[in-house]
Amino acid sequence: MTTPDVAVPSHSHRYEGTSLEARDVRMRFGPVEVLRGADLLAPAGEVVCVIGPSGSGKSTLLRCLNGLETRSAGRILLGGEDTSTMDINVLRQRVGMVFQHFNLFPHKTAAQNIMLALRHVKKMPQEQAEAIARQRLRDVGLADRAGHRPTQLSGGQQQRVAIARALAMEPQVMLFDEVTSALDPELVKGILQLMADLARGGMTMVVVTHEMGFARKVADTVVFMDAGVVVESGPPEQIFDAPSSPRLKTFLSQVL
Amino acid sequence: MNAFLHNFFDWQLIGQVLPDLLGYGLRNTLVLAVASALLGSVIGMVLAVMGLSHRWWLRLPARIYTDLFRGLPAALTILIVGEGVFSAQVSWLTSPYPVAILAMSLMSGAYIGEIFRSGIQSVDKGQGEACRALGLTHGQALRLVVVPQGVRRVLPAMVNQFIAIIKDSSLVYFLGLVTSQRELFRIGQDDAMTTGNLSPLLATGLCYLLLTVPLTHLVNSIDRRLREGSRPAAATDEPSLVDPKEALV
Repeated sequence: MTTPDVAVPSHSHRYEGTSLEARDVRMRFGPVEVLRGADLLAPAGEVVCVIGPSGSGKSTLLRCLNGLETRSAGRILLGGEDTSTMDINVLRQRVGMVFQHFNLFPHKTAAQNIMLALRHVKKMPQEQAEAIARQRLRDVGLADRAGHRPTQLSGGQQQRVAIARALAMEPQVMLFDEVTSALDPELVKGILQLMADLARGGMTMVVVTHEMGFARKVADTVVFMDAGVVVESGPPEQIFDAPSSPRLKTFLSQVL
Repeated sequence: MNAFLHNFFDWQLIGQVLPDLLGYGLRNTLVLAVASALLGSVIGMVLAVMGLSHRWWLRLPARIYTDLFRGLPAALTILIVGEGVFSAQVSWLTSPYPVAILAMSLMSGAYIGEIFRSGIQSVDKGQGEACRALGLTHGQALRLVVVPQGVRRVLPAMVNQFIAIIKDSSLVYFLGLVTSQRELFRIGQDDAMTTGNLSPLLATGLCYLLLTVPLTHLVNSIDRRLREGSRPAAATDEPSLVDPKEALV
């Protein structure tokens, strides 16, 4: 028997999204310059989708935004404020992230996954953290899975827990790194729906994705990266229907 | 031929030595082994965390320590540490036990440190990244997420290390033991020397096996459970097909 991925009840959360901006970010892995001066602006409450061929540096740029990668040059601004003087752990509390491979903690239940950072970063008492975990699991349609461990959940359910875990910290920006790439095709839609709900709720989002349909429908801005730079950016209609650079035209002809 | 067998299977001699072996020898061996394993685990955990640090001045001493205590024969370490401490003539330190436990902990700490380090390193780096992305500090990520997973994976290796400690504890006789302090090996050896017959040592061997064989099987069963039970989260390609009851095992 297959367990259908539980449909998400659309909820009317309001999020206080903040703007996030990358200016001339550079980064090298040894001799290879992966980012060669990338710029990106996600205004408060808007969704930026980053597309491009693999190896173009889009995931690296995303990981620079919350300091998982250390940039060699460039500035990151959160709500207009330069983050280089900010405590890195405070920055990361304000910028949530969801990963391709979920990265749930396998030795903890769904609820405990959410509670961990609430307890140890936000220093919340147990009962309060538990209440928030239950609420967040309900928000992503997994109210009845609180006591399940990651291995007992489907890929789609695991990714929902990961999203709930990030949202529980009440971030002002959410980063999504190819979050549907590791999912079975039939589970992708539910996750994209959940993300679209978030976007409608006013969350600022930077989404690295291969889902062109999602980018077209949900993004306010689509950014096309290639070889470590932003080649072209603009509203989805412009990027998808009237691409100007040859590299973007080639890319679109390959993926669409 | 009969005389040859008699040298190993003199039931009367075995009957004589058993009360001592089971009476206090077994207990003394276990006291030495358990205490050394516990203290060795503490040393090992410190070494593992130091060895994984980004700071060279934490890594270097851990490396030197490990090379040193892994590279020396157990007998030599026990003698040097033991006699070294005794030569300091600390008035309250008269029993060889604390000193032997210290020497064995220092040694097993080096091995356990390497076991913990490999366990911690085997944890997917996405786990640490998820922690950092949530705002946990490096120390919190290690303590709450990475170490608990790493330690679980190295349980079989840890039980093997405990078996090695049980066997090495026989070397404590170098430090001189009064009658009631003797552990399994010394009791068997004493009786074998005074009787000129190997049967007491055979009985001693059986007592060691009584401890080590069940542990060996424990390793195997933990090993099997770890392999069948908890697959890494990302490896479940077709999760919707997994019966939840099956996944619980």
